Amino acid sequence: MSTILAVDDSASMRQMIAHTLKGAGHDVTEAGDGEEALGKAKSAQFDLVVTDINMPKMDGIALIKELRAMGNYKGTPILTLTTEASADKKAEGKAAGATGWIVKPFDPDTLLSTIGKVLK
Amino acid sequence: MAIDISQFLQTFYEESFEGLDIMESGLLSLDSGSADSEVINDIFRAAHSIKGGSGTFGLNAVANFTHILESLLDEMRDGRRQVTKEGVNLLLESVDCLREMLTAAKENQELDTQRIADVHGRLEAMWGKSEEGASTPVTATDNSNTSTGQNADGWTIKFSPFPYILKTGNEPARMFKELRELGELTVAVNTDKVPDFPELDPDECFLAWTLTLDGNIERAAIEDVFSWIEEDCDLEITPIVSRSESDNQPAANTPAATGAATARTGGSSSSESASIRVGIDKVDSVINLVGELVITQSMLSTTGSAYPMLQAGLAQLERNTRELQEQVMRMRMLPVSFVFNRFPRLVHDISEKLGKKIELKMSGEQTELDKTVIEKVTDPLVHLIRNSLDHGIEMPEDRLAAGKPETGTVWLDAYHKGGNIIIEVRDDGKGIDKAVILEKAIERGLVDANTHLEDNQILDLIFQPGLSTAKEVSDLSGRGVGMDVVRRNMESLGGNVEIRSTMGEGSTLTVRLPLTLAILDGQTIEVGNENYIVPLISIIESTQIKPEMLNYVAGKGETFMLRDEYIPVIRLHEIFESKPRHTDITKGLLVVVEAEGKKTGLFVDDLLGQQQVVIKSLETNYKKVDGVSGATILGDGSIALILDVPGLVRLSQENRTDRLKLSA
Amino acid sequence: MATAASTEAMQLGQDGTLGQDDDGVQFLSFILADEYYGIDILRVQEIKGWTPVTRVPQTPEHMKGVLNLRGTVVPIIDMRMRFSLEEVEYTPLTVVIVMTVKSDSGERLVGIVVDAVSDVLNVGKDDIKPTPDFGDTVSTDFINGLASVDDKMVMLLDADKLFNVEELATEETLEQE
Repeated sequence: MSTILAVDDSASMRQMIAHTLKGAGHDVTEAGDGEEALGKAKSAQFDLVVTDINMPKMDGIALIKELRAMGNYKGTPILTLTTEASADKKAEGKAAGATGWIVKPFDPDTLLSTIGKVLK
Repeated sequence: MAIDISQFLQTFYEESFEGLDIMESGLLSLDSGSADSEVINDIFRAAHSIKGGSGTFGLNAVANFTHILESLLDEMRDGRRQVTKEGVNLLLESVDCLREMLTAAKENQELDTQRIADVHGRLEAMWGKSEEGASTPVTATDNSNTSTGQNADGWTIKFSPFPYILKTGNEPARMFKELRELGELTVAVNTDKVPDFPELDPDECFLAWTLTLDGNIERAAIEDVFSWIEEDCDLEITPIVSRSESDNQPAANTPAATGAATARTGGSSSSESASIRVGIDKVDSVINLVGELVITQSMLSTTGSAYPMLQAGLAQLERNTRELQEQVMRMRMLPVSFVFNRFPRLVHDISEKLGKKIELKMSGEQTELDKTVIEKVTDPLVHLIRNSLDHGIEMPEDRLAAGKPETGTVWLDAYHKGGNIIIEVRDDGKGIDKAVILEKAIERGLVDANTHLEDNQILDLIFQPGLSTAKEVSDLSGRGVGMDVVRRNMESLGGNVEIRSTMGEGSTLTVRLPLTLAILDGQTIEVGNENYIVPLISIIESTQIKPEMLNYVAGKGETFMLRDEYIPVIRLHEIFESKPRHTDITKGLLVVVEAEGKKTGLFVDDLLGQQQVVIKSLETNYKKVDGVSGATILGDGSIALILDVPGLVRLSQENRTDRLKLSA
Repeated sequence: MATAASTEAMQLGQDGTLGQDDDGVQFLSFILADEYYGIDILRVQEIKGWTPVTRVPQTPEHMKGVLNLRGTVVPIIDMRMRFSLEEVEYTPLTVVIVMTVKSDSGERLVGIVVDAVSDVLNVGKDDIKPTPDFGDTVSTDFINGLASVDDKMVMLLDADKLFNVEELATEETLEQE
């Protein structure tokens, strides 16, 4: 079991991600934007962060940069949720320090197999 | 693992409709000239979320439609595309299409695919006008220059990650594990680049590997393992037996240009506030319980008066319960912006259609109203605004000729006043011609030609069914059809509507509504040994009648004169068949109430206290009763009925006509 | 005696499993002008002594008024008046049976005023006899059947038919006309 922080401004995506991951036995914390996610990441250590890119207040790119700047998230896997149209977003996410990406739309199985890659 | 994702659909629809509202109001604000990049970003983000969700939840038509919309918005956001009026209008139409598509999907309804296809076509045409290929959607991973079908008996992989690789959360060990799942893996490590211990940064990776992977494995499968880090390492994948094709590899690229990564932070849109979704039934059951608590508390306080300590505690309890009640009531409240938000679009569309120039100015959008009131007030408000647009505001040339600014203004204001919420619809249009109204009203027999009417009484005639349903009058008078319906709707919510107007200067319609339908401020009245509650909002005054004020008008029954006005009397004890203390009208009291624009005197024995009461429906367990709008539980646990004032007035009119018929 | 029976009825009524055993139904019987009536015990919510109600104007005479039952406004129907029987003064034995009535629009709570509560009856399905046809003069729509228990004839009432909204509305319309 791992502790996972799921960040997306869309409640339905968040619910689906959380439900899927919880179903696989993980402990999931949800956040609706980067700011909220950062606050939560500061008060608890997560094994994995899954974040959307386009979000209000603080977007995914800024969140990744902030997390990487924190000592305890230097090497934590961070996956971005990205649409196929935004190839440049993948690069942008990578440049900010993301570990990898999950392409939207995705189904629960894809999500599980992808995060399975980065969780020990 | 099979997960039924349809369980998240409801949330998806809700947030998508919210997203569409954000897009719409954003687009409308672009329309009025400001090309604020933050606004475009909000619009883009909403479209983006709808696209992502619709794809995930299998609504592919929506996803496809939103895709092109998103692409256009992306260009506008980056400044690659000009924000034009035509563009905004087309995007607004697209928002309508999406709303229809989502509604159709949600409600399982038929869809006008013709229109969707038309708008989609126009979006594509618009997209075509941009520089070709400026940002053509890239599909899947970009491994186009590698031959994915290539097989071999085995592979040699030279893998030298860049030192920062660990800081991206990617661990070489993880990739080796994945490779092992593909075939037999041999790992040889190269430590040449590892610096001396003093210079060693434990967060960096100086190792390189040469891996041998045996088995009939597709190159693509191996590339897939490294797909996230192909730009963060030197990678050579060579087939073991066949001719070397190592030239083909996406070799040592330097990390992607990081300068492009601009963080968009801050500047959240004001409409966002932290909230949770709770079923209204849950809120209502809490409201009911709190209502109970208030009653229990007041029962205790009447019995506990003998003990000072208990009394003090009860006073504290009363404050707490009142506060709790208010807070719980607030859970049902929504900002009136839920209704107002649609009006910029309405004004935009209608003024375009009419060829008028109209500016809408709104204030008080954050004023909160009960959810039920909000739902029921929407249509009447649309009606009032439309009237201002259609009939109030003049054509630009007429306005100029009248010495007014070319652009007309419609104000929409909401604010609190004395426990009620006031919504005002005001315009600086041509106003209402009272002479025309009076003339038509006389013609239709609504008023007697000899009766002198004050200005406000004449204006009030537009709420009469007989007058406002006549089409030609509405055009002349400058007010549309169905004002009687508007007034009736407002009164059914326990509110009312009034009009003021000055020729040439404009009109103001004032809607007064209770904050909530769950509680009301009531006046307790006594008829015989029975108590009833009259909503305070409908009471104008209470008065004792002197014999000389009385009058009996043939066909209208008992009336009395109050400041030059004849007011009909309803004897409550007659309608309710109760045994009153007083039957002599000069002994009891008259409570003057107003309903449907008319004053009526309710004859009662006495007035008791005023109090806030929790409204309970009679229909839950029984049925609708004429003249009664509901019930409430008093401090002693007994029930008092709440009077439906407009219903009572109608009831007494029916009774009167019956009596007339009988006597005829 | 009536009190003892009512306590028992309440306990049984609250436990939803006891109303129906293998081949029978449990009824709460009550007395009205020396006649015995029964209603399905699963429908009985509560039995309470008569307390004053708030009269509701513009309603039929048998609608005595409304009562506050822990925050719910419950209509109280006088069954003697409803069946056009001779009216009597209410006594300490007079009780109100609060029961659920089902209709298309959902479940409602209705209280009925009866002379006294009698007993809880176990009636086997085979012991329920069809209602004889009394001709047009007496409406038997709301009687499910007759049961004979200890030499007493018990009329088993169909609460839903007796109190459905349409019926109440029709009555009122009839009265007004």
